[in-house]
Amino acid sequence: MTQSHPDAPSSSVSFSKTRTLSVLVENSPGVLARVSSLFSRRGYNIDSLAVGPTENPNFSRMTIVINVEDHALEQVIAQLDKLINVISITELDPVISVQRELLLVKVSTDEKTRSQVLETVQLFRAKVVDVAQDAVTIEATGNTEKISALLRVLEPYGILELIQSGLVAMSRGLKPGSISEDKR
Amino acid sequence: MSDATKMTGASSLVKALEASGVDVMFGIPGGAILPAYDPIFDSKIRHILVRHEQGAGHAATGYAQATGRVGVCIATSGPGATNLVTPLADAQMDSVPIVAITGQVASGAIGTDAFQEADIRGITMPVTKHSFLVTRAEDIARSVAEAFHIASTGRPGAVLVDIAKDALQMQTEFNFPKSIELGGYNPKIEAPAEAIRDAAALIAQSKAPVLYIGGGAIKAGAHKELLKLAELTGAPVVTTLMARGAFPDSHPQHLGMPGMHGTVAAVTALQKADLLITLGARFDDRVTGKLSTFAPGAKIIHADIDPAEIGKNRRADVGLVGDLKLTIEALIPALKSEFKKNQPDLSAWLSQAYGWRTRFPLGYDHPTDGSVSPQYVIERIGKMSGPDAIYVAGVGQHQMWASQFISYEKPRTWLNSGGLGTMGYAVPAAMGAKVGAPDTTVWAIDGDGCFQMTNQELVTCALNNIPIKVAVINNESLGMVRQWQTLFYNERYSNTELHSKRIPDFAKLADAMGCVGLTCDSTKDVDKIIAQAMEINDRPVVVDFSVHRDAMVWPMVAAGTSNDDIVNARSLAPIWDSQEL
Repeated sequence: MTQSHPDAPSSSVSFSKTRTLSVLVENSPGVLARVSSLFSRRGYNIDSLAVGPTENPNFSRMTIVINVEDHALEQVIAQLDKLINVISITELDPVISVQRELLLVKVSTDEKTRSQVLETVQLFRAKVVDVAQDAVTIEATGNTEKISALLRVLEPYGILELIQSGLVAMSRGLKPGSISEDKR
Repeated sequence: MSDATKMTGASSLVKALEASGVDVMFGIPGGAILPAYDPIFDSKIRHILVRHEQGAGHAATGYAQATGRVGVCIATSGPGATNLVTPLADAQMDSVPIVAITGQVASGAIGTDAFQEADIRGITMPVTKHSFLVTRAEDIARSVAEAFHIASTGRPGAVLVDIAKDALQMQTEFNFPKSIELGGYNPKIEAPAEAIRDAAALIAQSKAPVLYIGGGAIKAGAHKELLKLAELTGAPVVTTLMARGAFPDSHPQHLGMPGMHGTVAAVTALQKADLLITLGARFDDRVTGKLSTFAPGAKIIHADIDPAEIGKNRRADVGLVGDLKLTIEALIPALKSEFKKNQPDLSAWLSQAYGWRTRFPLGYDHPTDGSVSPQYVIERIGKMSGPDAIYVAGVGQHQMWASQFISYEKPRTWLNSGGLGTMGYAVPAAMGAKVGAPDTTVWAIDGDGCFQMTNQELVTCALNNIPIKVAVINNESLGMVRQWQTLFYNERYSNTELHSKRIPDFAKLADAMGCVGLTCDSTKDVDKIIAQAMEINDRPVVVDFSVHRDAMVWPMVAAGTSNDDIVNARSLAPIWDSQEL
């Protein structure tokens, strides 16, 4: 959910939707705190945030998923761009980008259900990474829809424990277009 | 490298400050910053030893606002650094370039809850433009150079450089960068020509434009260009609280200040305009009132150096991101060529707007009980000191009156805490302004509440030959809060009574701090005592003006209401001609 300014001008044709921002930042201490503090104090809610190294050790890349309106997205990007350690910001269109999350899920099984669960794992091209007497642990990667679908199917068996990474994403093709570079 | 070029991190810090052009800094030493104070002792930089770090921060801000240069303050770790948080937030909100240097515990002790440890970089992240934590001696000079670059370019702001004690003590070579490249920081200086043309076209179509001027006009040094643009368009001008002095009050096109305590003419002109030419202003809630009802019929041209301001509160029809001086310089020829094709006739609009100014002027009544009117005192200080003096206000009623009843003709003659609204700003900021402009008369117009927050810096002023003048507008209460209690809380005066006509004795307090203390409690003495204060230039002067406590700031747009509901005196809304409704 987005917290919009109560007094903000409302536009009749503005819809909230999920956006994926790929943010290139300097690999220096405190950068994650700066980004998360900005989102917190400006009242933008993050759906997920993943951060990790890039091909260049001086930079890290954050993939931030937020649910905002067009107007708010412009503000998020403009405010992020003001952070000195933020190098560039790209909005990734799901159609022309590869988006993945990692899921680890421990599902309750018994002799009757184990084979059904394993079948599901195969159907979703997931992997079993641990088997115990009464549970299996499954690893899956995919986009948000695939991961949700897998969880829906597994839920009736009993989910004992679940952990999910934030989304990571990359544009397809040669080079990403950078919003903040365009603005300069 | 030869040993001759080696020096301590502390020396490299001081050399870097010198190389950054620092001539004065305000601060207090302490454990973690102590290594830096040794080379400071030998430096040509004047260090002014303040009595509280908050004073150092506001002094740096006052210096920066008066001179346009970067103000510098310095403090130790822990409480020294946390005492700078308020002035850093204050400077950041008002886009004032200051750099704060703080000592930090030794790098090995960071994170251990060591004595006088506070994560000041973390604490100040949300209230600064940027903050550095330096743990290696070799990084000090570069970080200082970057801090000055960031503070003074683009939209100016507050930058903190926190330096671990061992980094100050270790040996290093001095490497001051000749130029600064920051991958993630490239302020846009010139607005695109296409946007300039669009703006010019909008202006040429407008029949009821207003130039809505903010503090950015002063920061950009754009007052001369602004005057040219204003006269070219012929449009009425309003100057926000942060922009007072950007455009001469005496100019016939000036309608005064907009906002919660703005003039009826300025507020109404914005409401009725068909175009706002917004230059270095940010549609602050104190200007717009209820945003959804602000300037409902106006298209918006919004020029600002900060891209994030465009469309933040109010959607812009044309955004002009860039240095305001360059933006106006580009706009003038574009507008001239538009005007050759079509120059709209503004006469109906101007007669309406100037009519509001004539019919609803600022004013005040002298109290019927013979006590002194605070507005009168402030007006007389302004008249007697003239447009060359610098006026520095605290926060509250006296601040609004000082904005309303002193005529500002020049930029950088009106200093106040606009965004953060920091009570206690006036005395230390006036000190900083006087250090930056020693030959200029500097008046702090303060309230009795504000004055009691930071008056200890008068000791600093007395000892360092910084002869500021302080007018304490003493209504023995937290006057603005009391005004709201009068209007919105049924006259229930919860905790706004300060008793400051009884305790303390401000004149004696001033005297004890090495200043001249004067008192004034009758209208007929006001001029005489101001003149007396003006003659004292070897010491700071404090004048305790005992004023009527029930005086209120008018006009007023109550918080959260529409600018259409402006009230020009208690229970007295302007009566409009029927055609204006």
